Amino acid sequence: MIVALFALVALLAPWIALQSPLTQDLAHRLTGPSPAHPFGLDSLGRDVFSRVVYGARISVVSGVLVVATASAFGITAGTVAGWVGGWWDEALMRLTDMFLAFPSLILAMAISAILRPSLTNALLAIAVTSWPTYARLIRAQVLSLRSRDYIDAARAQGATDIVIIVRHLIPNALAPLLVQATLNIGGIILTSAGLSFIGFGAQPPTPEWGLMVSEGRTFLMDQWWVATFPALAILLLVLGFNLLGDGVRDVLDPRLRKMG
Amino acid sequence: MEMSLARYLARRAALTVFVVFGVTLITFALTHVVPADPVVAYLGDHAPPELVEKVRHQIGLDRPLPVQYLLYLRDLLRGDLGISIMDNRPVSHDLGQYLPATVELATSAMVVAILIGVPTGIVSALYKDSWPDQAARVFALGGTSLPVFYVALLLLGVLYSRFGVLPGPGQLSIYTPPPPHLTGMVAVDALVAGDWAALGDALRHLVLPAFVLGYFSTGLVTRMTRSSLLEVMRQDYVRTARAKGMGERRVVLRHALRNALLPTVTVIGLTFGDLLSGSVLTETIFSWPGIGRYATNSVTNVDVPAVLGVTLVAAVIYSVFNLVTDVVYAYLDPQIRYT
Repeated sequence: MIVALFALVALLAPWIALQSPLTQDLAHRLTGPSPAHPFGLDSLGRDVFSRVVYGARISVVSGVLVVATASAFGITAGTVAGWVGGWWDEALMRLTDMFLAFPSLILAMAISAILRPSLTNALLAIAVTSWPTYARLIRAQVLSLRSRDYIDAARAQGATDIVIIVRHLIPNALAPLLVQATLNIGGIILTSAGLSFIGFGAQPPTPEWGLMVSEGRTFLMDQWWVATFPALAILLLVLGFNLLGDGVRDVLDPRLRKMG
Repeated sequence: MEMSLARYLARRAALTVFVVFGVTLITFALTHVVPADPVVAYLGDHAPPELVEKVRHQIGLDRPLPVQYLLYLRDLLRGDLGISIMDNRPVSHDLGQYLPATVELATSAMVVAILIGVPTGIVSALYKDSWPDQAARVFALGGTSLPVFYVALLLLGVLYSRFGVLPGPGQLSIYTPPPPHLTGMVAVDALVAGDWAALGDALRHLVLPAFVLGYFSTGLVTRMTRSSLLEVMRQDYVRTARAKGMGERRVVLRHALRNALLPTVTVIGLTFGDLLSGSVLTETIFSWPGIGRYATNSVTNVDVPAVLGVTLVAAVIYSVFNLVTDVVYAYLDPQIRYT
């Protein structure tokens, strides 16, 4: 529900926003919430509501994009490791071990120091640290599915490896990945907002929520609206994805639902 | 049985060595995707070409990559992480100075996570689906959904700036003389020195950052304690204990909890990586002189050797922590073996 709402806001941002997220009104800077500006104005007199609305685009798209990239990579690596086995399996799994050794935010900072800080580089860095989890999940699934009867049946009918993998194996292996992905998106949005907050993600004047909290930090106690509304937006969206992840898990894994 | 445990530990330790080796390969690779020439960046755009060549040769940048990597490894084994561009000191020296504060903060955060998370998880499991369980669920979800940087700013603003209940950023107040340097962890040093005033001040400075940093892990610990306790409660030996007429409290605390805490131990170990990541934001906001803030400063100053030093050390600490977690787990639960 929450996620759908944010997705809608992101999609319809130009129609929902009251004005452009970049329009400045310096004469009325830091004015509080009013009917004309429900979330108030920031230090450059930009409408916080419009910026939060446009920020939904950035956060929703970032989360989905990172998960899509990481899981595409993870599915490929995991399938190869589980299906081909042997040396490939060993090599790919040791590669995941290496990447899993990095705390994601810190590797992301290193990458943004070496390339230059930008939202794209931050997202790239987060994707780099996320794919191994997916690779391992898919590998485990492939290993348990590959000896199933329906795979043997497909092979007996003369299906090639590629056909078996694409048509039979991957679709059946996707359920845990979907759960993991939904639960991950929240964390990814938090990490990228955190990176932008300390200045290594989105750069001004982008209406990115983490950056907006950072810009509002100096007047948090007096002009609370500048930082608080973007922070609330982050909380709600992340909460939405976490709840959605719990829900998806309950639906796909009835055993857990009984456990409560 | 003993034999297989020893073999498992050996395999697990070998894997860690391999991973650390791989980590150095990745940090090395990162230094070589730098778009700008580090020598030109160091000497300036107008440096004469002969000088650039000479420095390149001195640093070894004109050698083949595998040779450069081996040299890099050799330096690492000597504890040489390069020279920081920011302060012109060895990176290893800087890290040695900043690491204790992070260890102090991360340990306190874990204590917070355990002290709050385990009891909350127990209450949650005992009152499953009633209001205490729901409240605990909301609390746990908050830990994984709240932007930690905003919470930190808000708490600092309200408790320090507005009401002055808790001290501001930093490890000690400016008027508190620091205890003699021993471990670098101010609270520990104060304790050893018997300096109660400094200890009190240090602990009061520690409360907010430790809570902010620990809240994320608290949520995970709560959920894990709850679900594993529920799982254990349905097992035969718990039913036997109940059938013997044992009180419910005793059943839970004496029999069920011991076994239920096993997965919780793992979660605590695994959140350590999150603590390291989280410490970057927490330390930056609370001006905590640890490696997280050092990392932020080095990235801001594009100090590549320092950034890679932090990255490498964080990855190594994280890997070792995972190893310890696995070993503890294997030791506690003889059924689980790595395959």
